[in-house]
Amino acid sequence: MASASPRTDTSADGDIDDKTPAFHDNQGMVVSNPSERSRDQKTLRRLAQNREAARKSRLRKKAYVQQLESSRMQLTQLEQDLQRARQQGKYISSTGDQSQSLSGNGALAFDAEYARWLEDHTRRANELRGAVNAHAGDAELRIIIDGLLTHYDDIYRIKAEAAKADVFHILSGMWKTPAERCFLWLGGFRSSELLKLLMVKLEPLTEHQMIAITNLQQSAQQAEDALSQGMEALQQSLADTLAGSLAQSNSAGNVASYMGQMAMAMGKLGTLENFICQADNLRKQTFQQLHRILTTRQSARAVIAINDYFSRLRALSSLWLARPRE
Amino acid sequence: MDTIRGLASNNAAVIFTKSSCFMCHSVKALFYELGASPAIHELDQYANGREMEYALRRLGCNPSVPAVFIGGKYVGSSKDIISLHVDGSLKEKLIEARAIWL
Repeated sequence: MASASPRTDTSADGDIDDKTPAFHDNQGMVVSNPSERSRDQKTLRRLAQNREAARKSRLRKKAYVQQLESSRMQLTQLEQDLQRARQQGKYISSTGDQSQSLSGNGALAFDAEYARWLEDHTRRANELRGAVNAHAGDAELRIIIDGLLTHYDDIYRIKAEAAKADVFHILSGMWKTPAERCFLWLGGFRSSELLKLLMVKLEPLTEHQMIAITNLQQSAQQAEDALSQGMEALQQSLADTLAGSLAQSNSAGNVASYMGQMAMAMGKLGTLENFICQADNLRKQTFQQLHRILTTRQSARAVIAINDYFSRLRALSSLWLARPRE
Repeated sequence: MDTIRGLASNNAAVIFTKSSCFMCHSVKALFYELGASPAIHELDQYANGREMEYALRRLGCNPSVPAVFIGGKYVGSSKDIISLHVDGSLKEKLIEARAIWL
C-alpha cells in the first residue's frame, strides 16, 4: 500500500495529519520516489505474472479433469461392451471368471495347435512335392505319404479333444480361413467333394480304380447325407424344446418347467460332439480307403493336389481380407 | 441279453435306438438310403430297456445306441457303421443277410 511519504513528515504544520496519505498520481496509484517506484513496478509485474500463471494453471487443471472424465466414460462403455460380448459367448478371458477364461483359452489353444499342425502339414506336402519332382522311388514316396496320413490322425485327435471342451468353436469353423468356412460341413470339409475334384486330377485311372473311386465318392456322400439328417433332427428337436418354453408366461410353476426345458436342451447339445467325431471319422476313413485304391505315385499326386486346393482357398481368403474397401 | 439276441435274430437288419438319440437317426437314414428296411427297437419302449442297454454295452457298444445287428450278428455302433460303409463291407453284409438285393 502507500508508503509514508517523506513529505508528510513535517510536524511543523499543525494542520498536517500524520496519517496523511501519500501522494496519488492521476490514476489513483500510489507512487513513491523513483527507486521505490521501480521496486513497485517490479512487484506489480511479478504480481501480474503470478495471476497469469495461476490462470493458466487453472485452465490446465480444467483440461486434465475433462480428459479424466471422458476416459472414465470410455472405460464404462468398454466395460459394457465386454459384458455384452461375454454374454454372447465370445472368447474373452477375464481375471475374475475362471470357467469362461478356460473356455476362451481352449478355443485359442486349439487355434494355435491347428496353426502348428497346418505348418507341419505344409512342410510335409512340400517335401513330397520335392521328392516327386526329383523322381524319387516308390519306397521313399510311400514313407512320406504314410507319414502324412498318420499326421492327419493327429489333427483329428486334437479336434476331438477341443470338441469336448468347446464344440461350438469347432462347429463354427472360426479356426479356418473365411473361404474355407464357406464350404464348411460339420466342422470340416466334405470328403465327397474332394473325391470329385481328385477323380479329374488323377487321370489316367484304370477302370477298376474309376469304379472303386466312384463307389467311394457315393458312399461318402451317403454317409454325409445321413449325418446331415441326424443334425437336422437335432436342430428341429432343439427348436421345438425352446419353443415349448416360450409358450409359458411368467409364473412360479412355469419357471420350473422353463428350467426343465433348458436342461433338456442342454442334454441335446451334448450330442453335437458325437456328430463332429463321426464327421471326422468319415473324413479319415475316406482318405484311408482312397489310398488303398491308388498306386503310390497316384497317392502322392492326390496328396499334393489336395494340399494345393486348400492352399488356394487360404490364399483366396487372404486376398479377400486385404481387399480395398470403399 | 436274451431280449437283445431274440430281437436281433428276428430280422436281417436290426437297429437298437433311443428316442433321444440323434445319431440313431443318422444310422437309420443311411440304412433307408441303401434300400434296407431295418427293424427299429427303441429301448425307451421296452420295460427292461435299461437291462437291454447294459447288455449292449457288454457287447462292446459304446455309446450303447445306435447298436446294429445284421444277420443276427452284432456289427457295431455308428463309428463302425461309417467305417464299414466307406470300405464297402456294409453293403456286402446287407446283401449277404438278404437285407437288400442288388
